Amino acid sequence: MRFLLRRLQFYIVAFIAALVTVFYLPRLLPGDPATAILAPMGSRLTQAQIDALRKALGLGEEPLWKQFASFVSHLFRGDLGVSYSQFPTPVTDVIATSLKWTLLLGLTSLLLSVVIGHLVGIMGAWRRGGLFDTIVPPVSNFIGAFPAFFLALGVLYFLGLKLHWFPISHAADHSIPPGFTLAYIGSVLRHLAMPMLVSVLVNLQIWIMTMRNSMVVVLAEDYITMAEAKGLTQRRIMFNYAARNAILPSVTGFGIFLGSILGGQVLIEQVFSYPGLGFQLVRAVGARDYPLMGGLFLAITTGILLVNFLLDILYTYIDPRVRRQ
Amino acid sequence: MDDRSTPLIDIRNLYVEYLTNRGPVRAVENVSFAVKSGEVFGLAGESACGKSTIAHAILRVLRPPAVITGGRILYKGVDVLGLERTSPEEYRNKVLGGVTRKGIGSSAELIERYRWAEVSMVFQSAMNSLNPVVKIVHQITDVLMRHLDIDRAEARRRAEELMEIVNIDKRRLEAYPHQLSGGMRQRIVIAIALALRPSLMIMDEPTTALDVVVQKDILQQIDQLKREYGFSILFITHDLSLMVEFSDRIAIMYAGEIVELAPANEILNNPLHPYTKGLLASFPSITGERVKMSGIPGAPPNLLNPPAGCRFRERCAEWTGVDIPRSPQLQEVIPDHFAACECKYGRADHA
Repeated sequence: MRFLLRRLQFYIVAFIAALVTVFYLPRLLPGDPATAILAPMGSRLTQAQIDALRKALGLGEEPLWKQFASFVSHLFRGDLGVSYSQFPTPVTDVIATSLKWTLLLGLTSLLLSVVIGHLVGIMGAWRRGGLFDTIVPPVSNFIGAFPAFFLALGVLYFLGLKLHWFPISHAADHSIPPGFTLAYIGSVLRHLAMPMLVSVLVNLQIWIMTMRNSMVVVLAEDYITMAEAKGLTQRRIMFNYAARNAILPSVTGFGIFLGSILGGQVLIEQVFSYPGLGFQLVRAVGARDYPLMGGLFLAITTGILLVNFLLDILYTYIDPRVRRQ
Repeated sequence: MDDRSTPLIDIRNLYVEYLTNRGPVRAVENVSFAVKSGEVFGLAGESACGKSTIAHAILRVLRPPAVITGGRILYKGVDVLGLERTSPEEYRNKVLGGVTRKGIGSSAELIERYRWAEVSMVFQSAMNSLNPVVKIVHQITDVLMRHLDIDRAEARRRAEELMEIVNIDKRRLEAYPHQLSGGMRQRIVIAIALALRPSLMIMDEPTTALDVVVQKDILQQIDQLKREYGFSILFITHDLSLMVEFSDRIAIMYAGEIVELAPANEILNNPLHPYTKGLLASFPSITGERVKMSGIPGAPPNLLNPPAGCRFRERCAEWTGVDIPRSPQLQEVIPDHFAACECKYGRADHA
């Protein structure tokens, strides 16, 4: 418990640091929302008109620290402001809708790659140097070596444009009303297929390698030999003795990944026009949409911190050595 | 060996090699010995001479690159190396002898049934032979439930009994290995080794990682348990003084071969092989006068390419200058006392 409280302190400090950063960082970008919004109109606008828009958006009115104070006070009332580029949608609404899609894509692909990766890693290490071990891990490594956007474009081109197996953009068919209907869920899954496939392909090798190498080390431990000498079944040794220990490093990796699914799929979401957090983030940056950018950054960092805290808790369960009496 | 009954475990001409990129390392070469019922048989020799490899071979837990390239290991007359080809009936008759164990269906299963139920082992480092992320209780009950037809509650009750036998508070069953001291962990490993009342317990340096006081304590406990349950012990160590005190008979190994085999007091008082003499000379006597320890000059040969003939020749203080073309064979120099030193004792053409 003491351990967790100490960790909690750390997370609070990190959160405060994140607040400061998400507020100031977007404002350091060259240009401002007014020029971005008015850019399509080119030079037909007078300086007075631009200034009027600035004023309307509340830019440059007050010193930055005052803006920051009001940002924080609004934040604690659950108000992140209104998006400039998707005016007048509140930032929280934009985040809520896009978070849903990011979580769907991120969690399913993470889960899939973790499960497949670990099984492959366990099998590979168990029959080290066998046929399976000499083919599967290197192939996954080869695929994983491609940049995510390249794989995404490849999949988009072949499976989407050439073979027409899956729809090439958006998260669901707009003609089907959202709801718990078979048609809608089917549509969501079909839209999910390609981005998920790419995400799994990109990440699979990391899990395979982590687990396989960790297994190889654990398999050399005395307690594995002892488990074997005890006449336990191969399955029990493989999972309860070897994998149970070998999985510990993966849990840390899992935390890092779980955090990164919130903001780490920018490229994949972009290629498939999948309306998740990453997709919104690129749009917000392009439009210099300060409130939306800040909100998205904040959502992503908070998510990462939260996930890490949960993992600290989880870790104390699976590795008794972390616990303090 | 004068025993007319079949020995408990009979190792005949065992060869084990480690296959490396540079060629096979001949770790165990033509080793034969037998352990009788109720006997403590010591296997001594310096590190890397093949002691543990033999122990692992007996339990069939050698893993690649180690391969058994020759010989037989007979346990109660059943060839352990051929368990896959042994019929369950034969196993039941010869090994179990009426004792009921959890279902033995196929030959393929025999090896897992043989392990621990017949021969258990206390591994070299107690620190590392317990699974760090599993509670002690489950590490005891899993082996009980694997081999005996009992339920979880009964397994737990027996685990508590075992803890009592090795003098550890049964509340410690809920602990994880890292929460226990080295001595406790070793005791628990011994408790696990006792769990199925095996006929043979292999102790591979059971006390090396412990200090002298705990060491003594644990050995006394093992001795007492042995008296009580009557199992045999194959005791492996490089600590010859400890071994002499503890064993009935001792085999001295050098570079993968047994060079001398005799009752413990014979080894101590009348060593025949020059290597044994060297080993004994490198242990100080507590009661005797202060003498300079001599040790044995040189190092053991590389087993990747061992010299033909006597492997100890290079380091031997008593080499007579006679070249022995092939490995010296163990021969009974005096009754019950075997040595493999042909340049001193000649060659008995008994083979």
